[in-house]
Amino acid sequence: MKLPKSPDVTASNGNGQAAVATDGDSAQPHSAGQEVFRRLTERPADLLRFATAGSVDDGKSTLIGRLLYDSKQVLTDQLEHVEQASERMGHDFLDLSLLTDGLRAEREQGITIDVAYRYFATTQRRFIIADTPGHEQYTRNMVTGASTADLAIVLVDARKGVLAQSKRHAFISSLLAIPHVVVCVNKMDLVDYDEAVFDAIVEDFDQFAARLEMPDVTFIPISALLGDNVVERSQAMPWYEGPPLLYHLEHVHIASDRNLIDVRFPVQWVIRPPSSSVADYRAYAGQVAGGVMRPGDDVIVLPGGQRSTIAGIDTFDGAVEEAFPPMSVALRLADDIDVGRGSTIVRTQNQPTVSNRFEALLCWMSERPLDRRRRYQVKHTTRTAMVGGLDVRYRIDVETLHRDASATTLELNDLGRVHMELSAPLVFDSYRRNRTTGSLIVIDEATNETVAAGVILDTEVEEIDTDAKTERSPNVRWQGTRVTRERRWQALGQPGATLWFTGLPGAGKSTMAAAVEERLIAAGKSAFLLDGDNLRHGLNGDLGFDEAARRENVRRTAHVARLLADSGTIALVSLVSPYAADRELAATLHSSDELEFLEIFVDAPLELCEKRDPKGLYARARAGELSGLTGVGAPYERPADPDLVLGTLEESVERGVERVLELLASRGIVTD
Amino acid sequence: MPATYHLSHLRTLEAEAVQVMREIAAEFERPVLLFSGGKDSIVLLRLAEKAFRPGPFPFPVMHVDTGHNFPEAIEFRDRRMQEIDERLIVAYVEDSIRSGRVVEDTGPRSSRNALQTVTLLDAIREHGFDAAFGGARRDEERARAKERVLSFRDQFGQWEPQRQRPEVWALYNARIRKGEHARVFPISNWTELDVWQYIAEEQLEVPSIYFAHDREVFERDGMLYANSPFIELMDGERPFSARVRYRTVGDMSCTGAVESSAATLEEVVAEIAATEVTERGQTRADDRVSEAAMEDRKRQGYF
Repeated sequence: MKLPKSPDVTASNGNGQAAVATDGDSAQPHSAGQEVFRRLTERPADLLRFATAGSVDDGKSTLIGRLLYDSKQVLTDQLEHVEQASERMGHDFLDLSLLTDGLRAEREQGITIDVAYRYFATTQRRFIIADTPGHEQYTRNMVTGASTADLAIVLVDARKGVLAQSKRHAFISSLLAIPHVVVCVNKMDLVDYDEAVFDAIVEDFDQFAARLEMPDVTFIPISALLGDNVVERSQAMPWYEGPPLLYHLEHVHIASDRNLIDVRFPVQWVIRPPSSSVADYRAYAGQVAGGVMRPGDDVIVLPGGQRSTIAGIDTFDGAVEEAFPPMSVALRLADDIDVGRGSTIVRTQNQPTVSNRFEALLCWMSERPLDRRRRYQVKHTTRTAMVGGLDVRYRIDVETLHRDASATTLELNDLGRVHMELSAPLVFDSYRRNRTTGSLIVIDEATNETVAAGVILDTEVEEIDTDAKTERSPNVRWQGTRVTRERRWQALGQPGATLWFTGLPGAGKSTMAAAVEERLIAAGKSAFLLDGDNLRHGLNGDLGFDEAARRENVRRTAHVARLLADSGTIALVSLVSPYAADRELAATLHSSDELEFLEIFVDAPLELCEKRDPKGLYARARAGELSGLTGVGAPYERPADPDLVLGTLEESVERGVERVLELLASRGIVTD
Repeated sequence: MPATYHLSHLRTLEAEAVQVMREIAAEFERPVLLFSGGKDSIVLLRLAEKAFRPGPFPFPVMHVDTGHNFPEAIEFRDRRMQEIDERLIVAYVEDSIRSGRVVEDTGPRSSRNALQTVTLLDAIREHGFDAAFGGARRDEERARAKERVLSFRDQFGQWEPQRQRPEVWALYNARIRKGEHARVFPISNWTELDVWQYIAEEQLEVPSIYFAHDREVFERDGMLYANSPFIELMDGERPFSARVRYRTVGDMSCTGAVESSAATLEEVVAEIAATEVTERGQTRADDRVSEAAMEDRKRQGYF
């Protein structure tokens, strides 16, 4: 490659920006000012985000310091600070790594705590560096810093060769689908700038990288400490014919890294001014996540499945003819359909997957390991859903790429493949296809912590483990229907809802639920009783009574109830459902679909239930014939805030039914 | 792909900031936008217009008034608020002093800058705000280089660097406990030059003190301060007239001016592009107190 004599950096002493020409007399501030302004505005620079990963000793901070210093981005007061600090630390050289260290704790402990962001620019480009540290939290930090990177710099110490750590960084870069990777072989000065050393490292790395998906890898021999091939071309390595690092950063082609094919528009916000200011204006605001949108395009709104046409694309500065990533715009649709935050607008002939089940690779970021008993949420684009099932398929050793299928949990900095099942469907693509619609975070509901970052896998392409723990349906497209819920309910003359009766065995749930069902039917309503025992004869006939089976029992029943409610029926569920978390999941399943869910606690003292013992369960449990009966050998978690409490000790069935009907009336489910 | 699908770096930063503002407005219950009349918050206000117009802002605007502000900034603030027709809340440091919540330092080096923190936290509590948009940028200072876009504060308004949540892609985890709040920095990734370039491109009005003007100043610790009733002169400090402009709009008692002849936006942009000293190092006395000055203040709940 032909190179300019000196790298393409102008005398740039601006605050992280391109600068004025310093040659000649600058005694004409006006013309100079206009000239700089003209240059800045006439050719808008583009933005390159890159991530650096490396440990304390492989010279990463020095490399960044060198990039900033040699491209004249270091300002006088910053330099003064580095000079003073270098002196205090007893260095006889300018410690450029001090330019990038941030917090006091780091300065004291000599480590980098977290991702730090740096900014600089040349006449070619504007750069954002995500500088990630390499100590024990490396994986979490690198994922954080590199999630949006266009390019990753992986540092290799020339004396040590490709170590486990470099492999780790390469693997994470590949996992995050960073389109460009630069391997900087650093400290070449310490190996006498030997070409053979460089070649051996290139070969070694290539061998490892062949097992990963890495579209573009470039190798550059450098010395960050002395500045060889960082900004200036090295005189000491004439055998290297490629460009120095900065030149590469300035010219690497990133425009085609975006997905301009698949239209994806997750709705963040509905713009709806008061009718007094703008009549009947309604627009869906969001950031384009993929594809090019134009007015007149036929679109479908997922997961609902309503179809319409783009009537206009608005911005504060007026309507535009096209919108593409990463523009933030607002869409107007031709039809008055139900679109809100969490909907994704796509082209009708190019649709993503809509499913509540998928396979993902998770990077665990919390000190508290993955625990299936904890309650997690997933945030994906502008949707949030509860996690119902989370099965670890295997953990990946990031150094050997070995898969440990015996793993059942993930700990801090672990990477693992999981199967996830959520309370509501997501609208997604595989991460390789789209970094926005293919990424998610996992949040612990109790601590609010972000515990994991995940990328959704393309399960149609990638192999599905044959030894998977549970057989799962593949991703199934959510089938939109032309009949809306409103029309269905209108035809029935009532809205659907779910009444969830929970309580100890023998508390009187089934009696109550059956009596309510009878009253509703008699009043001409559509109601249906889902009795836990009855369901175990059919739908749930394969389930036992351990904790996992009970949860599955609740999950399936909740799904059936939701379908009934959606259809316009009042579903009456009578199920012990002893765990609060499972009931909550059932509730979320409904609320995320905007369906009414009423928790009715049938409260009776254990002694009374045991005395009633309609099925002889307590007697068998006491006799040791039955283990794990709720109330005897297994806990019952009382509802903290039920919609209604029925005390079957002190009130009659008739009185109980009245109170349930009052509740239904007060919620507008049953009128008259 | 045709080259036309190109967004300049400034428009990319704008689109990302708008995404952040819409996300926060959707996920928090009571956000507020902090507006000082300074250039960064002027940009924030424009970004809010970009995000929510033709609808109203889904939050009020709030200014913490130290009572020592530049009159030009206050005048500008009121005019701008009238133009955009949104609700302004003013929280006065004076009120915190009068009610005994804070005690004012005295002497020539005293400043109300630190007192703002208490007034701000009190106002956040009083109005029940759970998210506050601010115009802080990561390029301002080394401690800020590590701050998240969404920065969590505990019930005492404190920032714990170790407890910050990882921020991946543009997926912001907005869950907080009662009493906690988040500071939100939509222009985290902007530099000082980006801000000026954006102001120029958008043709935004800024307070007149950002442009070169003649002012009575005196020199202290190598910086030029306005001679005002809010700052006591020390021995040997003599006021003189100079042609200056401000790079930041803070409290008059701690914001220094720079000698400059830049009288238009174009000239300011050119001057920033050629500057040799970072914005804070040049003009903010509050950062000079100790090497880790900014970090200490952030821990206390400062922006």
